[in-house]
Amino acid sequence: MFLGPVLTPRLGVMKSIPLRDKHAALGASFTDFGGWEMPVRYSSDLAEHHAVREAAGLFDISHMGELFVEGKDAAAFLDYALVGAASEIAIGRAKYSLICNEAGGIIDDLIVYRLGQNAYLVVANASNREAVAKALVERCSSFDAVVTDESDAWALLAIQGPSSVRVLSKITSAPLLELKYYAISEAEIAGVNCLLARTGYTGEDGFEIYIPVESAGKVFDEIIAAGSDQGLLPTGLACRDTLRLEAGMPLYGHEMNLDVNPYQAGFGKVVRLDKPGDFVGKKALTELSNAKPEKVLVGIVGEGKRAARADYEVFVEGSESVIGVVTSGALSPTLGFPVAMAYLNADFAHVDTPISVDIRGAKTPFTVVKLPFYKRAN
Amino acid sequence: MINREGLHYTKEHEWLSIDGDIATVGITEYAAEKLGDIVFVDLPKVGSSTTYMKICGEIESTKSVGELYAPVDGEIVEVNDVVSGNPELVNHDPFGAGWLIKIRFTELPVLLTHEEYAALTGEG
Repeated sequence: MFLGPVLTPRLGVMKSIPLRDKHAALGASFTDFGGWEMPVRYSSDLAEHHAVREAAGLFDISHMGELFVEGKDAAAFLDYALVGAASEIAIGRAKYSLICNEAGGIIDDLIVYRLGQNAYLVVANASNREAVAKALVERCSSFDAVVTDESDAWALLAIQGPSSVRVLSKITSAPLLELKYYAISEAEIAGVNCLLARTGYTGEDGFEIYIPVESAGKVFDEIIAAGSDQGLLPTGLACRDTLRLEAGMPLYGHEMNLDVNPYQAGFGKVVRLDKPGDFVGKKALTELSNAKPEKVLVGIVGEGKRAARADYEVFVEGSESVIGVVTSGALSPTLGFPVAMAYLNADFAHVDTPISVDIRGAKTPFTVVKLPFYKRAN
Repeated sequence: MINREGLHYTKEHEWLSIDGDIATVGITEYAAEKLGDIVFVDLPKVGSSTTYMKICGEIESTKSVGELYAPVDGEIVEVNDVVSGNPELVNHDPFGAGWLIKIRFTELPVLLTHEEYAALTGEG
């Protein structure tokens, strides 16, 4: 039995999230994710996955980066720095966005929350936090706006799953049902002033709660206690990955990187070429928007139980011609068959195209499907 | 209940229970825990031959793939078909109902004792 490198994290050189010891006490095992020592599972990946689909799960994602942008030109600055139209976001609402380089390559994918007329919260992936902060600071020199990396001051907990409202309602009087999808509001949770957002990365209803670090333990403990009779489990990154995969959500470093542009990744609509003024990457992205992408991100599904995993090559069915590569894949815990995302030559990326994936030497049939693989009812 | 102290082990996290010229082989609890929830087990066919340290099967979890190395030269005489349909048995009872294969061997290589394996994994 060979246990691959992902199973032997270099403990000791990783950064710790504030509630690390609470997770250890709950039985978490840890992994290195973007340089952070993160809970990968507490008991069972599958049990945690099903808890989120059927009840609720509580993720600690305090490794994410919280970058605050404030100033008279905050909206105009973000319109210049990002590909989306931050100025069009209503106060208290959020939008998914991307930050690109001049060539149109993706530096990171982001959630942009508008907290006030001149105040935004930009949430970056842990591994890209420094790169995003650096790019934002460089890009804001001619604007009346200040970028502050407050990541170390904030913990981030995500409660996800159909029972999220029921669990949270026990420890807050905030009007949870009035908070729309992709909205954010100040709220007192477990007696702590937090920022409460109806966002997530699992394909389920749920909330992301931004909490001052010093109070994070109290909120965490109260959510665990409130969820104890609701089927809520503490949930780790292993099930987070299978949940987001089923929901067709990309993961930076897998479906996106500096060599991928938004049109290839299926996020052409996030790029607002029509917004007024220039923005970083506009010239390259305008050209890319008019060209047929050579490769595009697709969903593929297989039969049986063998998963197509990241880096496996994809072939024309019954041929030796390589047409792409898998970026993420697993045996779907919800659906029971293998699902994966892959970059394919655009000529073979149509829904229903039969393809094959080389699974450790065995060409295995798969079919191109529309993303997502899983969509919640209602 | 199998006595773990009496088993033989490999550096590749397999255990062997020897009875005459038959070795029953599984993976250790340590390996099963590291893999996470096991969702697919691919075992060799009865009658196929095994070569010491050559891959003879695969064990997949939601997160990763583990390869099963043959711990001895020999011939597969039995595979655990129950595990193929219920791969979670490898997590729940790796030293018992989650056994994987039985090999008729010609010669035993040098294997690890329980103490040596425990030292390798840092678990006493």
